[in-house]
Amino acid sequence: MEYLIGIQGPDFVLVAADTVAASSIIQMKHDYDKMFKLSEKILLLCVGEAGDTVQFAEYIQKNVQLYKMRNGYELSPAAAANFTRKNLADYLRSRTPYHVNLLLAGYDEHDGPALYYMDYLSSLAKAPFAAHGYGAFLTLSILDRYYKPELTREEAVELLKKCVDELNKRFILNLPAFNVRLIDKHGIKDLEKLPLATTSTS
Amino acid sequence: MAARYDRAITVFSPDGHLFQVEYAQEAVKKGSTAVGIRGKDIVVLGVEKKSVAKLQEERTVRKICALDEHVCMAFAGLTADARIVINRARVECQSHRLTVEDPVTVEYITRYIATLKQRYTQSNGRRPFGISALIVGFDYDGTPRLYQTDPSGTYHAWKSNAIGRSAKTVREFLEKNYTEEAIATDNDAIKLAIKALLEVVQSGGKNIELAVIRRSQPLKILESKEIETLVAEIEKEKEEEAEKKKQKKAT
Repeated sequence: MEYLIGIQGPDFVLVAADTVAASSIIQMKHDYDKMFKLSEKILLLCVGEAGDTVQFAEYIQKNVQLYKMRNGYELSPAAAANFTRKNLADYLRSRTPYHVNLLLAGYDEHDGPALYYMDYLSSLAKAPFAAHGYGAFLTLSILDRYYKPELTREEAVELLKKCVDELNKRFILNLPAFNVRLIDKHGIKDLEKLPLATTSTS
Repeated sequence: MAARYDRAITVFSPDGHLFQVEYAQEAVKKGSTAVGIRGKDIVVLGVEKKSVAKLQEERTVRKICALDEHVCMAFAGLTADARIVINRARVECQSHRLTVEDPVTVEYITRYIATLKQRYTQSNGRRPFGISALIVGFDYDGTPRLYQTDPSGTYHAWKSNAIGRSAKTVREFLEKNYTEEAIATDNDAIKLAIKALLEVVQSGGKNIELAVIRRSQPLKILESKEIETLVAEIEKEKEEEAEKKKQKKAT
């Protein structure tokens, strides 16, 4: 039901998440933000079990901030991703596992942009593009076909629109709106929500 | 008299003293001076930088530490004890944000630190923390605050205060010179802090470390160049004052 997507470019990462918060068959909120700001240049996108998502994401968020207070500088995206994975793995092997699927997107001064895919079994993979949810089955092939490593910001947004169009065409569930954000060396920027009023239909 | 009642801190002396706590306060008096000023839109912390040994790297000794983005503290006394207190306070700041979704108020985190210190004055086998702290920051509603804690675990709010070596001298200076017009602008508040420290610091700007928090802005530690400029301004103002007085006397 919930959908996350991330696309990494040469000097940016584009991420989007749907904005529906549902309880069983009822849509409770149509403008729910599934992205958590870990630091000035790192976003954590989090879906999964109700309650687990916010609990786990906020815990990671505050621990990343604590690192900044203690050490005077922020965790890199790679370090934050590995820290998140370790936490998820530890909880998985306890009586109280977290059932959450994550995308961590960030920009590092030295290593550039990075996108990490994590699932509820605590696997971690650095990938040029990734998606979570049923929608991933439909859109990963679109990304395989049209993704280029040196794509520009505009091309990335076009690729994202292609994915959203495919979901609107072939996914039985209606995902009416998506939050879109871009991370680059200047930080996190909100982009225009999708779909646009004038999006091309099939 | 004190000899039999100062071993374990959990023991009161017959005349009602907790000697270990008082000895901790003595340890604080040996530490380098720190001064705090509460302005209208700014809070200032200044500390006396102890001169480092020739082979020692300068930047590794920091006496002003951020506890959260809107709160910071300076201390006087045992540096190692301070490290522990600061770490606990930093964790509490984030823990507070996690549980109540709000940043701590300056009073809350001061109360937390003071409670921590008090617990160590009433525990078996532990000694009190040998530090006094000056905690400054802005609350969520934009009010500037300055609090002081001491090893006994008491805390009070102040308009401006000093701790450590020669704290009494600095406090007397501040009592004379802290007026509404003396802290009218941000720059004035910073200069007052420097003036207060110059009373007791030996060689001027080089031995002063200064940090400020402005409303809705993170902690800023002033560079030595900026401090030198301000010290030069203060010296010039002093000379002009002295000149005026001379002329008055002449007429």
